[in-house]
Amino acid sequence: MDFGPYLFLASLEGAVTAAVLALTAAGLSLVFGIMRVVNVAHGEFFMLGAVIAWWVASLAGGHPAVGFVLALVIAPLIVAAIAALADFLVLKRVQYDPERTIVATIGLLYIIQQTVLMTYGPEARPVEAPFNHRIYFPWFGYSTYKFFVIGAAIALLLGLWLVMTRTRLGIVLRATQLDRETALAFAIPVERVYALTFGLGAGLAALGAVLVVPIQQAHYLMGGDPLLLSFIVVIIGGLGSLAGTVVAAVLIGMSDGIISVFFSPTLAKIIATLAVALVLVFRPQGLFGKAAR
Amino acid sequence: MTPTAKAFLLHGGLVLALVAGHFILPEYHQGNLARIMALAVYAMGYNVLFGYSGLLSLGHAMFFSAGMYGMGLSVQHLGFGAGPAFVCGILAGVVLATAVGVLALRTTGVAFMIVTLMFSQAVFLTILYFTPWTRGDEGFVIQPVDRMLFGIDLSDATYRYFAALVLFAIVMLATSRLIQAPFGRVLIAIRENEERTRMLGYDVYRHKLGAVILSGTISAVSGAAYGLLFGYVGASFASVQYSILPLLWVLLGGAGTIVGPFLGTLFMFYLIDLTSSITTAYMLLAGAALVLLTLFAPEGLAGSFRRRLAPWLP
Amino acid sequence: MTTNDKKDLLATRRDILKGAAAGAGALAATSALPGFVRYAQAQSSEPIKIGFQVHRTGIGAAYGRWYDRVTTAAAKLINDGGGINGRPVEIIAEDDGTDPKRGAEVVEKFASQHKCDIAYGTLFSHVVMGSAPRAGELKIPYFVVSEGHHVASGALNRYTLQPGICDVKSQVKSMAPFVTQNLGKKVTMIFPDYAFGHDHRDFFSAAVEANGGQIIEKIAIPPTETSFTRYFPKIPRETEVIYHVMVGPAVLTFVKEMGEFYGPNKPQIFGFIDSLEAVDLNSPGLEFLDGTYFWEGMPRYAQADQTPYDKFYRDHVGVDGNGASTADAKDVSTYAHMFGCWETLFVIKAGMEAAGYQGTGDRTKLIEAVEAMTDMAQSNEHPQGAKRFNGKTHQVFGPQYISKVEGGKLVVQHQTSIEDGLYDDEVDYTTQAL
Repeated sequence: MDFGPYLFLASLEGAVTAAVLALTAAGLSLVFGIMRVVNVAHGEFFMLGAVIAWWVASLAGGHPAVGFVLALVIAPLIVAAIAALADFLVLKRVQYDPERTIVATIGLLYIIQQTVLMTYGPEARPVEAPFNHRIYFPWFGYSTYKFFVIGAAIALLLGLWLVMTRTRLGIVLRATQLDRETALAFAIPVERVYALTFGLGAGLAALGAVLVVPIQQAHYLMGGDPLLLSFIVVIIGGLGSLAGTVVAAVLIGMSDGIISVFFSPTLAKIIATLAVALVLVFRPQGLFGKAAR
Repeated sequence: MTPTAKAFLLHGGLVLALVAGHFILPEYHQGNLARIMALAVYAMGYNVLFGYSGLLSLGHAMFFSAGMYGMGLSVQHLGFGAGPAFVCGILAGVVLATAVGVLALRTTGVAFMIVTLMFSQAVFLTILYFTPWTRGDEGFVIQPVDRMLFGIDLSDATYRYFAALVLFAIVMLATSRLIQAPFGRVLIAIRENEERTRMLGYDVYRHKLGAVILSGTISAVSGAAYGLLFGYVGASFASVQYSILPLLWVLLGGAGTIVGPFLGTLFMFYLIDLTSSITTAYMLLAGAALVLLTLFAPEGLAGSFRRRLAPWLP
Repeated sequence: MTTNDKKDLLATRRDILKGAAAGAGALAATSALPGFVRYAQAQSSEPIKIGFQVHRTGIGAAYGRWYDRVTTAAAKLINDGGGINGRPVEIIAEDDGTDPKRGAEVVEKFASQHKCDIAYGTLFSHVVMGSAPRAGELKIPYFVVSEGHHVASGALNRYTLQPGICDVKSQVKSMAPFVTQNLGKKVTMIFPDYAFGHDHRDFFSAAVEANGGQIIEKIAIPPTETSFTRYFPKIPRETEVIYHVMVGPAVLTFVKEMGEFYGPNKPQIFGFIDSLEAVDLNSPGLEFLDGTYFWEGMPRYAQADQTPYDKFYRDHVGVDGNGASTADAKDVSTYAHMFGCWETLFVIKAGMEAAGYQGTGDRTKLIEAVEAMTDMAQSNEHPQGAKRFNGKTHQVFGPQYISKVEGGKLVVQHQTSIEDGLYDDEVDYTTQAL
């Protein structure tokens, strides 16, 4: 294929990756920014979203779009509820201590993963896309659903931004992020805010997963990659900065797509990985973060 | 009795118990203990950085695999014997740890975690990229003829057990010496309060770099030894999972204690081994155990012991 | 032994058992069958313990579940037929997490804790590589069902054997002529950047060139990859045949995205069924596969000329004519691989009978008895086809199937012969000490 079309295709693919990644990473970023804990089980919430989407879609029957739309609503809610419960049962009790939270969420990771393996099984199962036309460019065909993923992610992120900046809930969340003690003093129920944040973060991951599951498949080990990538994006974007996270997701997603044009696939991965590491080495606060607090 | 004497008794007692284990325990558990001791070395290496210096790395699998591949590749492609190959493995660890240390120590906290994770991922992918030499994920076998060290056949169960024990004892002694030496004291001071240590005039960066190199090297020793003792070198040992394992072992056993890494490795091994015969979802039980431990014994086994009964525990 | 004798063996034996229960007179008639006599006279009915190393968790879990079912079915059949040397077979399964380190530990557990007679059943080649050294040191026969070239390459040891499934080198060598003669000469290969993928690359390249073809591009995909579209532009325009082999949970994405990318104007496509193992061929997005070709270890869909052995095997394992579970039509099996478990267990049985195997002291006799095996006829014990075992390389050789997707089913177009897949020995394990 000629260079131009190839680059175009790689950019499209990069944009799809970036869209899903931005949603997932935004969830992790919220949790990180507000609660100051690293949620290692974040990828498993992503996986749960995909698995529940499959479950909802296969129960719904009828036109694939029915199941998909239902999944888009139900899966994030269930996942958010599970996450809030985990917050209540575990994280609250370790007082959100950073290190203990890491271990506890590693424990959660295994619990979720194995429960899914035992109930849902080891297969990778597809969810049918709500619509699936192909656009024929002169050089290649491309699924229209992928454009929908990009659009949906943008809409959802805008919605999140509106919630954070224009609503009371957003003020409460931001206040808690800025200063937990002062927020408490202003009668903000910080405990409930934390549970809500943890649920919201997991729900965003689940949303990303529902969007991606018609492209990929639901599988019990699918949480590893989104976790790693979200981590990277959150750090590169600057801790707790939602805008930074989104920009970093676009940057990482696109560069992942475009680097693959120039190098053999595995070498491209190595280069992309090292590039991320080196960005952090020479700009530890992330590309958009302020210097260390 | 002074704390030092008590600590000496404890560590000596552990080594003696392990010696006795070879004569008392059934064959199966001897084999397990040999593994656990070799891996406990890895955990102790990790503990130098995490437990004593307060730096949380998520990429130690790169050091473990550097040791393993430094050893394995020199056997496979350079025809080295076990001794020189072992040295190659350690050197690979030193070089990698120095390079990673110099770069990664520009960061702290979460960024340090991610940078080490990324470097480790790059090492993993590099092993796959060079599949013609490394055989990638499949790895390769170190044949018994290549596992003769000073005329000792490391593929023999008894020799393997004692080789692992000697290594374990040496590293345990070395780390317990280290934390009493001025260098180790400064590391602990950095863990407790980096700013204050710097103001007292210590070169924090050089001490941290020393800790990374030491920790990486001990991890590489473990990796090289593991490959020699069990005859297999493979890329799965470089995967993320093997970076998370030492963290778990150390946290379970008790970060910043000398016996903690061993206890954590032992506990985790048998947790999986025993539960796997009850249910296929043994990782579910392992996960539940982790959650429960963080809830009820956050300082790990040895840490809780120290807090409740034995404040002298090193 | 002729095909007919073999075929009737199991049925006969079971009938005889019933007869024996009915009356003592029948006992005299059975004395012609050595296996049965031992059963009747056995001093000890201690079971023969077969340690089954199974991928219940980890990336191999979808395969592991079916390996488990086949193993259970074969063991039941063996026990219904009187066991081995008069002793029932007990399968002791342990999960290895599809991890080489745990795999080695599981082999140790079989040998020294469960006191198993043998270890058996591993699929993923990195687990085989990690476990085999321990099997050799513990001197426990280790029968793998992996299709890797590791056994025949000489990398392992005398205690490791692969008597139930062909290795990748043989598979690829026997199929290459079909590809170059019927599909095209200019081939682009897409494979995972694993050792397994590299074996495909190396052996298939060599075989294609030997048959007058040419590999014009080799695309190695990193194993962690979950989306593939951006790699397809690397496929040169003049490509006549795409040869693809992918493994892992992302395989369906791979095939779907290939369809989206090409649409109707696709080159010929030849895939290893690994790319779609345990995946329903009628999944949404796979319509474009119609008219493409697949290698199959054993035909997933019951063919028009189905052998009675295939039917027998399907019935016992619980697989319908579409290769799915009889209990759940959506539960598609790993049909192209799992026959290896069945055949391996019957090789073990035959080996133990030939060696007069009584206990762990006879392990070396068992190895020698299996090494002495050569031709095995197509039969209920070998439903995939006739086999030829090479005692020196510890590797079995058999037929391969090339199928075309027609109307959502795989229809066999060509069956290779055993000779097509033979290659020069790379090792002689019999020279190693036991």
